[in-house]
Amino acid sequence: MALMKVKFDLKKRVKLAQSVWFLFWFAVMAGVLVFSMGLFFKIELRKRSELMDNNESHFLPNLLIVMGLLACGINAFGGKVCYDSLDPSKFVKWKPMLKTFLMGCVVFNVLLVVTALLCFIMRIPLQFTLAEGLRNGMRYYKDTDTPGRCYMKRTLDLMQIEFRCCGNDNYRDWFEIQWVSNRYLDFSAKEVKDRIGSNVDGQYLMDGVPFSCCNPGSPRPCIQQQMTNNSAHYSYDHYTEDLNVWKSGCRDALLSYYGGMMTTIGALVLLVTLLEIAVTAGLQYVDSSLSTLANPEDPESESEGWLLEKTVKETFTDIMTKMKAMGKGGKVEEGGDEGGVATVS
Amino acid sequence: MALLKMKFTQQRRVRLAQGLWLLSWMAVLCGSFVFSLGVYLKIELLRRAEVMENTEIHVVPNILMLVGLASIGTNWMAGRVCQDSLDPSRFPRWKVFLLGWYAVAALICCLLVAVVVLSYALQGRLEESLKVGLRNGIRFYKDTDVPGRCFQKETIDRLQMEFRCCGNTNFRDWFEVQWVSNRYLDYTSKDIKDRIRSNIDGRYLLDGVPFSCCNPASPRPCLQYHLTDNNAHYNYEFQNEELNLYNRGCREALIDYYMGLMNSTGPGVLSVILIQMSVLLSLRYLQTSVEGATTQEQPEGDSEGFLLEKGVKETLEEAKVKILLLLKFGQVDPSAADGSPDAEKAPPSSS
Repeated sequence: MALMKVKFDLKKRVKLAQSVWFLFWFAVMAGVLVFSMGLFFKIELRKRSELMDNNESHFLPNLLIVMGLLACGINAFGGKVCYDSLDPSKFVKWKPMLKTFLMGCVVFNVLLVVTALLCFIMRIPLQFTLAEGLRNGMRYYKDTDTPGRCYMKRTLDLMQIEFRCCGNDNYRDWFEIQWVSNRYLDFSAKEVKDRIGSNVDGQYLMDGVPFSCCNPGSPRPCIQQQMTNNSAHYSYDHYTEDLNVWKSGCRDALLSYYGGMMTTIGALVLLVTLLEIAVTAGLQYVDSSLSTLANPEDPESESEGWLLEKTVKETFTDIMTKMKAMGKGGKVEEGGDEGGVATVS
Repeated sequence: MALLKMKFTQQRRVRLAQGLWLLSWMAVLCGSFVFSLGVYLKIELLRRAEVMENTEIHVVPNILMLVGLASIGTNWMAGRVCQDSLDPSRFPRWKVFLLGWYAVAALICCLLVAVVVLSYALQGRLEESLKVGLRNGIRFYKDTDVPGRCFQKETIDRLQMEFRCCGNTNFRDWFEVQWVSNRYLDYTSKDIKDRIRSNIDGRYLLDGVPFSCCNPASPRPCLQYHLTDNNAHYNYEFQNEELNLYNRGCREALIDYYMGLMNSTGPGVLSVILIQMSVLLSLRYLQTSVEGATTQEQPEGDSEGFLLEKGVKETLEEAKVKILLLLKFGQVDPSAADGSPDAEKAPPSSS
């Protein structure tokens, strides 16, 4: 008993071939979409690679790019096969490889599902990478004269402005590190000496934040220095001051940005997978309907189309026996040879 | 003598019609491109409308949008005329509209040329408008509690950060304005009382700028206050400090941005003009050659196509006479009424 058998006459076959051809070209565009999403993701990771720990993995965007290219190729080929299926003379040359092509399509669909799952799962390593990278980034903020780190200040400032965030968890992270370079500290001044003496590492710590933490929506000019000292500024209470600097931390901001991107990409890949499954099933119907013509000479005769020739169970046992036979194919069949010789004589 | 006469065989006419059909659809796409260009430019101008005093510059995107829509309509009509041109029964109904069509197409080309000219000519007006708008924006920066102006601070801050600029002409514009609201000034403090007394208007002026002027590319943390005082900061020299704040003024930055936008659309608009002109000329050839073919005994035979039936001078004179006739149409002509009876009498007497 075949799985999901459908009867086809010539008109129905033609309509099936045309719609599957159309779907294939739609799937080519979906492949281009997946490719461009992978490219976009790669570029976004590259842009902030300074803020991620060095071992950030470009595996996922590379995989998306490869899958996009593969999708384009496979679907274009499938479209061509569909187009030729309406002409019996042209279809003959595609017939032998159609079975393997369909197997390849099924494998490709499984890979697409795996890619979509990866998109959702890879948020977790990304979270750790971002946390580590941001912490280091803030430590190197002051090193504008060290080769290899001289752009960290600009990167961090631009990121805090763009993502409207301050510090790692919140703005107090800036209180715990020295973010002013030693070149601009007057070591003969009493205030500087006091601050340096106040902690074990001899770092110039202050209760101030860089300008990029400032919120333009605040009604008063930005208060960056002496933030915890209420008497240093007129009419200022740092417990109730909401709008002065950005409240959210950059780790959360970046994570939600990249997380949102990955979730969207994963959802789109799932949709593309559904489309691919549909075109694979359509091609299987085209193939089976063209190979079961009641009268092979007459193109207008009726035929049947199906998804699987036998039921799921039987197909599965067939595949298992085939694999076992392939596994035994290498061994020398001594019993068989002797039996053959015995029967001859 | 006809202007630029060309011979057309039936096959050539067919090819001309097909080519013109394709060209007219390309021109429709170009028209939609011009329209979307106009929409984009208008949106960009509206986004910064708060720092512009007048809206004279909006005439450029308005004309672009109008021309884009008109171009879509006329070129679609050209496509329909093309489709019907080779069918003798359907072509004559378009004859009436063709003269008007030529006028509209020529007008579109003229308007596009005018847009290119205007985008350069209005630069001065844009600069004036920005100067006044930015000056007001900087003056009202501190009024975050005045309804109607409470977002001025955020607007100016975001503008300076996005366009990497500071002040109107440069950062010193902030020295001349009180940009700190009175609500945050401690009037009992000596420093503030000194500053307020130091000028006639009683304003709290300082040699400092808002944080949005800070340049992230500076190697040292941003210095916003006491900018002219070298002793206030360690290892600081006001004259040599280049990277601390943005050097450009916002007026210059905005002008560069908008001029860049309009200049980059220049080549696109010029190519649209070329395409529209070629559609116009091709349609004229098609019309005249098809009309010439239908008047002959053999509609499938050769015919001539031309741009103008007579030379340029003669056509202009004919057009002048026609217009004068139209103008005189309403007037009563007493000299003609007297003259005709005399004219009738004269010939019989001479013979």
